[in-house]
Amino acid sequence: MQTLILLPILIPLAGMLVNAAFGGRIGGRAAGLIATVAVAASFGISVVLFAQVAATPARAIGADFGPWIRVSELNVPYGFRVDALSATMMLIITGIGGLIHLYSIGYMKGDPRTPRFFVYLNLFVASMLTLVMADSFLLMFVGWELVGLCSYLLIGFWFTDIKNAEAGRKAFVVNRIGDVAFVLGLLLIFFTFGSLSYGEVFEKAEAMRGAAAGVLTVITLLLFVGAAGKSAQLPLFVWLPDAMAGPTPVSALIHAATMVTAGIYMLIRSNVLLEHAPIAMQVIAIVGALTAFVAGYAALTQWDIKKVLAYSTISQLGFMVAGVGVGAFVASQFHLLTHAFFKALLFLAAGSVIHGMEHRAHETGQHGADPQDMRNMGGLRAKMPLTTLTFILGGLALAGIPPLAGFWSKDEIIAAAAKDNPIAFALLGLTAVFTAFYVGRQIFLVFFGKPRSADAEHAVESAPTMTIPLIALAVFAVLGGLINLPKGFPGEAWLGDWLAPVVGKEPHEPLNLALAGVFVALAVAAIAGAVGLYRRFASADSVDPLTRLGPLYAVSSRKWYLDEIYRAVIIKPFYMGASFLARIFELGGIDGIVNGAGRLATEMSETLRELQTGFARTYGLVMLMGAVAILVYFLVSGTAR
Amino acid sequence: MGSEFIVFLAVAIVAIGAAVGMALSRNALYSAMFLILNFACVAVLYLLLNAPFLAVAQVTVYTGAIMVLFVFVIMVLGAEKLPAGESRKEMAWQRPLALGLGVLLLIQAAYVVFTRVVSSSATKLIDSSPLAIGKALFGPYLFPFEVASILLLAAMVGAVVLTRKE
Amino acid sequence: MNETTPYILLSALLFSIGAVSVLTRRNAIMIFMSIELMLNAANLAFVAFAKQWGQLDGQLFVFFVMTVAAAEVAVGLALIVAIFRAKKGTDVDDLSAMKN
Repeated sequence: MQTLILLPILIPLAGMLVNAAFGGRIGGRAAGLIATVAVAASFGISVVLFAQVAATPARAIGADFGPWIRVSELNVPYGFRVDALSATMMLIITGIGGLIHLYSIGYMKGDPRTPRFFVYLNLFVASMLTLVMADSFLLMFVGWELVGLCSYLLIGFWFTDIKNAEAGRKAFVVNRIGDVAFVLGLLLIFFTFGSLSYGEVFEKAEAMRGAAAGVLTVITLLLFVGAAGKSAQLPLFVWLPDAMAGPTPVSALIHAATMVTAGIYMLIRSNVLLEHAPIAMQVIAIVGALTAFVAGYAALTQWDIKKVLAYSTISQLGFMVAGVGVGAFVASQFHLLTHAFFKALLFLAAGSVIHGMEHRAHETGQHGADPQDMRNMGGLRAKMPLTTLTFILGGLALAGIPPLAGFWSKDEIIAAAAKDNPIAFALLGLTAVFTAFYVGRQIFLVFFGKPRSADAEHAVESAPTMTIPLIALAVFAVLGGLINLPKGFPGEAWLGDWLAPVVGKEPHEPLNLALAGVFVALAVAAIAGAVGLYRRFASADSVDPLTRLGPLYAVSSRKWYLDEIYRAVIIKPFYMGASFLARIFELGGIDGIVNGAGRLATEMSETLRELQTGFARTYGLVMLMGAVAILVYFLVSGTAR
Repeated sequence: MGSEFIVFLAVAIVAIGAAVGMALSRNALYSAMFLILNFACVAVLYLLLNAPFLAVAQVTVYTGAIMVLFVFVIMVLGAEKLPAGESRKEMAWQRPLALGLGVLLLIQAAYVVFTRVVSSSATKLIDSSPLAIGKALFGPYLFPFEVASILLLAAMVGAVVLTRKE
Repeated sequence: MNETTPYILLSALLFSIGAVSVLTRRNAIMIFMSIELMLNAANLAFVAFAKQWGQLDGQLFVFFVMTVAAAEVAVGLALIVAIFRAKKGTDVDDLSAMKN
């Protein structure tokens, strides 16, 4: 039983080692198969574990593999815990991860470094599993850091283009900033509760209740900053759009379904701490809602198919964070699950589109137009029907159209916000409208109308290894809502009940028809509006009709000038400081001291050297001086009689 | 004691004068002459100090041989006229310093003599005839005697070798 | 105050004069002669003390000093002759071969 818990982590690790050692020899396809099988095996075991957890009354299985750190009061074992929350996450990670592995076999075909790609992917799966299966904050942090590493490696996978390497670096550095706060939070947790294990910390926190509100607020805010880095919240989300430089499967897996959800997972896991720090919750709610709004606004005007999805991801993560902030933990997790499905689907479908657009360039060997720029697309539904269908399903789910999955989860969050935090509610509501708009815009520009470039005309549907995962995910995107229907529906609030041991029992809410109705109507209107606006978008050089909004358009398309602001406010002063230290302090100061010491020695020795004049008479004089001195010494000390 | 002392005083004054003359003279030959005078005075002092053998040895060896050698070399090298040039600037301070040190040395010696040297009681007269010296040389001091003769041999050989024309 | 004290003092005086002369002269031969003066002064001290302590050893030592002085003069003058041949002068300051 104990080993069973470790297997989901160990098998992908084994797959990684096999691919690392033999990948070069067996080739990309075989490496991909090994990696996919490994993850699929993990998925199988995760299902078994899920069933076991369901059977246990406490709905938690723990396993302790011995002591790891034991230093005076700090005692951290290799402890793993599979409970309702982590079992759910495990299924997502291995399930969607497995599908994406399969997809990657087709997507990465022809790339000479494919085996390395699968090494990193397997490592990622193992790390992410460690993160969600850990029984202590510290072990989770190990997984946290590892997924950050994998993110860096995978974003910069095509590092021969310097921009990709820079994107990877940006991701890692921004993550790091969040991690600093995270570590401070961990330290404070240990300082306050004397332990880093979930069980002990949460028990003690519960016992302390209101008394520890102050310190809990600080702790939770610090942890939240860490989550903001990992899960791309304001102001640390700037890395995620750049991360689109990585291969699309990476974007799908890491930057939609799993890694970015690590922050949310961590917050949900720490719900005990959050509940006793109301101020922190408010902050989290506002930040989440604001992030959703800012990112959603920026997504309205992007031309790169993946960038739209990137900002959409940030926006939806904001939704999840806001959900946590208003105390709707189940809704947050629900949205995390549905989002994982439809966003992964959207990314994979976008990858399929990109592949289709590149087809002509591969065939003819000519350099085509930018395959990711939506202005070059159009009319792809005729050429790539499967991709079109799945993409539309994913998009509608994202926009919140019932009965697709996104509607149920998004609606729950909005309803919770309406009750708890009016500002958040307003922001989230606006964002929902934006979401629908950019979804409609994207779908119309890519798949409808006439092809606007030769590449679009010659696009071809993708191979089954790529389309099968699309179909699988589409099914979940459609049916995913079933796991947590509101009160009154059959199987109501299944997820809520399932997660009750972890987040506390939440009451089953009925569907707020008025609210839901309003938002559905707004979404449909937004989509229709988008279609109408872009109907006349006939050529790749056409101007976006939204430009008529002038400065409003600029703010959106320049992404709120955040990159520029960061560069001016943070990066430039930092470089100036660093260059000051490097040039003036280091060269002038420290080198000066060291060189000066050397010079001092040289000059002193040169001066002393002049004692040796080479003149015999001087030596004679010195001898006499010595003799006199010795005599004096003897006389004074009374040695001579 | 009285007459002895007067003799001593006279000889001492001449000796000192000769020494100073040797030190100050600009002509090497004159210096050599002064030195010879000094040695002669010291020979007389040896006599006063009850060392007749040494007195004669002093005259024979020092003045008769060593100084003759000096005079020869001075003549051969033509070094009687000494250059009156300035000493180099690095050495300018040497002269005063040397003088100072000399005075210091003197003071120290005086100090030692007057405070440390133990006065002895009756000084018994030693037998310092050539016979006694010879007995000592071939007795307890045989080994140094032989070594000295080897030294002289080495010196002879050295002198010949060094001045050989290549 | 012994009766040999004046001799000691004289010896010290001669020694000092010799020392100063060694250090202030530039002619090699002059330096040599001053060294002889110093040796002589030391001899005088030896003999004086021999008288004072009533031992013959002091005089014997002077005997050896004279021997060594003679040998030293022989070799030293040979050296000076050799140097003179090389340098055409006897200024000891010229004998410095140190790089400055």
